[in-house]
Amino acid sequence: MADQQRANPHQARVVQADRSTSIVTLLFRNPSAMVGFGFIALWTLGGLISLAASPYSPTSTGVGGLLEAPSLEHLFGTDNFGRDILSRVLAGARVSLWTGLVAVSVSLLVGVPIGAVAGYVGGSLGNALMRIMDMLLAFPSLLLAMALAVALGPGLSSAMIAVGIVGIPEFARIMYGQTVSLREREFVEASTAIGLSNRAILFRHILPNAVAPIIVRCALGMGYAILTAAALSFIGLGAQPPTAEWGVMISDGRGYIITGEWWMTFFPGAAIATSILGFNLLGDGLRDALDPRLRTVAHRQHSLDSTTARPTNPTTATHTKGTS
Amino acid sequence: MPFVFQRVFSMIPTLAGVVVGIFLITRVLPGDPARTLAGEQAAPSILAKLREHMGLDKPLWQQFVDYTAGLFRGDLGYAWHTGHPVAEDFATRFPATVELGIAALFIGVIAGIPLGVLSAVKHGRFIDHVTRVISLVGASMPLFWLGLLVIWLCYSQLGWAPAPVGRLGDDVQPPTHITGLYLLDSILTGDTMALGNSFAHLIWPALVLSVGAIAMISRMTRSAMLEVLGQDYIRTAHAKGLSPTTVVSVHALKNAAPAITTIVGLELGQLLGGAVITETIFSWPGIGGYVTKSIDATDYAPVQAITLLAAVIYLVVNLLVDLSQGMFDPRVRHG
Repeated sequence: MADQQRANPHQARVVQADRSTSIVTLLFRNPSAMVGFGFIALWTLGGLISLAASPYSPTSTGVGGLLEAPSLEHLFGTDNFGRDILSRVLAGARVSLWTGLVAVSVSLLVGVPIGAVAGYVGGSLGNALMRIMDMLLAFPSLLLAMALAVALGPGLSSAMIAVGIVGIPEFARIMYGQTVSLREREFVEASTAIGLSNRAILFRHILPNAVAPIIVRCALGMGYAILTAAALSFIGLGAQPPTAEWGVMISDGRGYIITGEWWMTFFPGAAIATSILGFNLLGDGLRDALDPRLRTVAHRQHSLDSTTARPTNPTTATHTKGTS
Repeated sequence: MPFVFQRVFSMIPTLAGVVVGIFLITRVLPGDPARTLAGEQAAPSILAKLREHMGLDKPLWQQFVDYTAGLFRGDLGYAWHTGHPVAEDFATRFPATVELGIAALFIGVIAGIPLGVLSAVKHGRFIDHVTRVISLVGASMPLFWLGLLVIWLCYSQLGWAPAPVGRLGDDVQPPTHITGLYLLDSILTGDTMALGNSFAHLIWPALVLSVGAIAMISRMTRSAMLEVLGQDYIRTAHAKGLSPTTVVSVHALKNAAPAITTIVGLELGQLLGGAVITETIFSWPGIGGYVTKSIDATDYAPVQAITLLAAVIYLVVNLLVDLSQGMFDPRVRHG
């Protein structure tokens, strides 16, 4: 690959110019990332605006008749207690996004240090830490989240922590891979040579260089966390009724689906699906924008033989894992 | 042969780690199993008795020894809400889950692999974009929502699906018990009535459960195939005049097979998680539906048991996948 670049000076210039383009510009040029961003913005704004101006109160019963089909008065219809479903879906956006934020923060704040220490110190400590992470990955994510939520006692905060713990190994693995490859680089050797402490090297040199794949994982992790937390609430281990939470709302509507009252389930489910889709699209777009390796490859592909395969980045290629 | 032994032995520490992990989750996290069982208002004297009965008053190491010894005897705990040992309840419900899981994985494979191959071969073309959208939407779809929509559309609106209750209609006798898989048993006994009816009951939950697998398998097949299709020997195969079909099916697919097998193996573990949701929605009488019923009854031993079971299944499947890699590629055996 390097030979081809040297042999073609024009192409090397293209690559260089490309690197200087800002990430934001690249994201704006990526239509699927923009669609993803749009969904996320929709739910964030909807959730926030409804704090000030919700059509009805999300928890008060009898604001309409029972099980009214969608109409101009109640755009998403009403549920079995006569609550307005649109108001509840908007209030649920706050719960779900907050759950995702807390869960991803837990995974990030625990997983990244574990991966960094394991990768930088290495040896038997590093090995042991990563073996523990592998062990966590042996559990199907939803089941591990269920077992943790049960042990912590059912409730929304348990669900957040449980989902956060399940996400730890992914972050640890990404950080570990980055640290191991960065540790051998010359600028790290140089920092050691001029007498920088290990902590300074980790914080000043390794962490900033590993930020890109971690940001991508945060976006994908948000989608995964919202999905798993809603699944936990659906089976009764997360948010409890009468909380306006999407998983709870679907669980409430379950009994009415056979008799044809689809709106109780459809709208909260569509909210979950679109917000997860939003984070997945944004994550994919961020990966394309942040990973210069992919960008140069994409460019080379245009000018060279089109049969060259586009390599996938194994650390970030996985989507929201788990089937919930 | 040394390769096989080496792999089997290397599984033992992870397996031990999984057992320790589940034990720690149940005993060390802040929740109190005795209080959960007895309820918030239980009198302290009752709680103390219950703790003693459950062995929670013993030192932690003693509890761990008891727990592990129990596992070796096949003791997965006791389900208060059914009055049976969890292992017994699992055994009666296991065939239903296996049947659903195999059916979903089968659909995932026969849909996912061709989609992935096709989109790699037609890289950047229309079908590639369609596959990308399918795998993206599939990965973003909450199973519990999809399942309910399928029931609404295919059962209550269109009437294509039977009532989403169990594996057979009320008026149909289950086939003679051979394997416990209704579809297989009714073929073996030539019971056409049970065959048609159990197929109609199986296909809908299996389709719902397979969505995640289709998304993952097609995505991974695509990237594995793209990598292989860029190799020199593929160009050589084209250059020496082999038909494109031969190149893709013989040269490329064979070399992408190890990567595809790995992802199919990983999906099997995830399917058990999805089965909990799918079985609940379709009232499928398997382990998953049983576990959610236990949760409703605040009876949590089955939850820990299914988690342990899933991890063990995952490790065994992974072992088998690794061994099969040795079959595909002699370098793995000797390396």
